[in-house]
Amino acid sequence: MKRYIIIAVLMALVTYIPRVVPTVMLNNKKLSPFFKSFLQFIPFAALASLVFPQVFYSTDSISSAIIGVIVSITLAFFRLNVITVVFGGIIGVFLCSLL
Amino acid sequence: MKEKAACDIQEISSDGKLSNFLAGVKSGVPIAVGYIPIAVTFGLVSKNSGIPNLISILMSFLIFAGASQFIGVNLIASGASVIEIVMTTFILNFRHFLMSSSLSQRIPGDTSKKMLSILSFGITDETFALASLRKEEKINSWLLLGLNTIAFSSWNFGTWIGVFLGDALPKSLSTSMNIALYAMFIGLVVPSVRASKSILIVVIIAVTINCILYWVPSFSFISMGWSIIISTIISAAAGAVLFKGEGE
Repeated sequence: MKRYIIIAVLMALVTYIPRVVPTVMLNNKKLSPFFKSFLQFIPFAALASLVFPQVFYSTDSISSAIIGVIVSITLAFFRLNVITVVFGGIIGVFLCSLL
Repeated sequence: MKEKAACDIQEISSDGKLSNFLAGVKSGVPIAVGYIPIAVTFGLVSKNSGIPNLISILMSFLIFAGASQFIGVNLIASGASVIEIVMTTFILNFRHFLMSSSLSQRIPGDTSKKMLSILSFGITDETFALASLRKEEKINSWLLLGLNTIAFSSWNFGTWIGVFLGDALPKSLSTSMNIALYAMFIGLVVPSVRASKSILIVVIIAVTINCILYWVPSFSFISMGWSIIISTIISAAAGAVLFKGEGE
């Protein structure tokens, strides 16, 4: 039991430190235009990397995942509400899995 | 060109900690909903791997990072050493360093270090996504706190359910919901991609690099965690180099 607790605490530490250090240290610093621009692109770069290609292996079958992605991108392209996009994606996958 | 906000909050009052907090909570509802099935699954998987209930709950409470919790539990069950588990967790979650750096510029500069420490605990892929894609330049810290709080609560609530209520969730439903968080990311990013060529290019570069690292056999030694970091850094840097002075 003690070993489990040690593992959990260490995992928590190595997770928290990368989260807290930049926020606390960079918050009120003036950064170079390049660095500022770099950081502004990070959200889009990170999200894109998080989704592709992993999303295709997230469901039971690759085809249902592909359908889910196509539905999501289409709904999002027409600027629909995020919740709508999510439900659309789920329904897309579910319907495909019924086929 | 006004992009559709990632949440439906129309106005942000600059005063009122509670109203901002509640606005953050409201905007975090999509995340909370998406977290439930995943957290329930984590609770289940963790329990089935032989992890004591208290530890599963403790992990979600202290770590609050989905993928690394799953992989951590897997490693523990397979008898990996403490060092290996901790190192893998570190690498898997290191991308939050980049997200934290990015977010640091969006939080008001007069925020207390204490508040910053609390807020940064809640940085996950999803809270980061929702926060970053908000319209306003500086995000109210109480709003951010509300956002993180509902996400954290939902994640822990789901874990409790997964641990104690067992396999109550029908399998067909839970697999369809796997797509939920990916769909949320897509829903958040696509409108911006549509509105800005620079963002589109960055996204294309990121996806290309990550797919190459994932599918090309010679790169198979690179773990998922590193892969995401590499493609994020290269594509964001390329964006900064190619499109000087842009970013939104």
